[in-house]
Amino acid sequence: MKPSVTQIWRWLDDVPDPEIPVISVVDLGIVRDVAWDEDTLRVVVTPTYSGCPATRVISMDIETALRDRGIGEVRIETRIAPPWTTDWLSDKGRVKLEEYGIAPPSPAGGPDRCPRCASTRVTRISQFGSTPCKAHWRCDDCLEPFDYFKCI
Amino acid sequence: MTGQAALFEFLCRMGDNTLILGHRVGEWCGHAPVLEEDIALANTALDLIGQTQMWLGLAGEVEAQGRSADDLAMLRDVWDFRNLLLVEQPNGDFGQTMMRQYLFDSWHLLMLRALEGSSDDRVAAIAAKSVKEVSYHVERSGDTVIGLGDGTSESHRRMQAALDLLWPYVGEMFADDAVSAEMATAGIAPEPSSLRPAYDETVGALMAEATLVLPDSRFAHTGGKTGTRHTEHLGHLLTQMQWLQRAYPGATW
Repeated sequence: MKPSVTQIWRWLDDVPDPEIPVISVVDLGIVRDVAWDEDTLRVVVTPTYSGCPATRVISMDIETALRDRGIGEVRIETRIAPPWTTDWLSDKGRVKLEEYGIAPPSPAGGPDRCPRCASTRVTRISQFGSTPCKAHWRCDDCLEPFDYFKCI
Repeated sequence: MTGQAALFEFLCRMGDNTLILGHRVGEWCGHAPVLEEDIALANTALDLIGQTQMWLGLAGEVEAQGRSADDLAMLRDVWDFRNLLLVEQPNGDFGQTMMRQYLFDSWHLLMLRALEGSSDDRVAAIAAKSVKEVSYHVERSGDTVIGLGDGTSESHRRMQAALDLLWPYVGEMFADDAVSAEMATAGIAPEPSSLRPAYDETVGALMAEATLVLPDSRFAHTGGKTGTRHTEHLGHLLTQMQWLQRAYPGATW
């Protein structure tokens, strides 16, 4: 018997993002669709950034995870439209990001507060950070630098 | 020129710009003045190479000769490249690199915004994906041009020299030709010249803030996007970028 799509979504929620392992690929909002096409499972994935090297690893991780659950035929499709947006991050994912020390994206264009000490006195160091999806910020109270998940 | 042939040319122009500039910016990896700038440049290069995969991937699809994005990037020689002369220019110092980036980013953003409304859904999708990344590029390159232009007398001098050096390469971005006319008629892409007023306004305002003076002349070097006359720098760049395929044809991993 084929596992239900709901079940598969739950399994995918156990696949960690390779760069930020505290959140899953589902939390990240990059799994756009899961559907059975006869006996083949079709999973539609969208890249976060067009050049993000994690994208390929993510597709491989998804395929491996599903094969481990006994699904033999998996087809990963990449879809770029509509483009990925941080609005697709799950609420659970946002909480986990902050616990991990990465300020979650905010429409204001910068972090609401320092993920360490919760101070709102923060300064941007650079629009870019250690991965394409992050920017580099600093807290003016605890003085620690931190990553901010860019809002796009 | 048929519509498909013109579309192929147009897609190569877009993809070769991002490829060649991505490679140039990548040359800074490990060499930038401070760690944050190194990371920022590498991220910018990464975005540009990612965009290249989409543009050249689609170019290969449109051409229908079985060439992949990799084939187009690694197996063509100078005369087949369709990038602007601006993006193949050497990095120079950090200021010159950032000036080149800002002059390109400002055009790139305008072009991509227009392409979001393309009559070709595939082009519109790539543009919509890229525009988010390029908005970040221009924010940073613009900030840096202001910071260095309106900085010390030394940084100001270098930025003015960079602007004077690169300005003659700006005009090519807005040159119309048979390919662009075909694209405009099909509603796929705007005529390049139509972007110039908005460009002049934005860039003019930023240069004023950076206390830099735009050269008076509109003289423009051309020949990059038609492939008829690249500068000598492109050939040298390709010997680096395509080294592996030239030394070990067909190598894969």
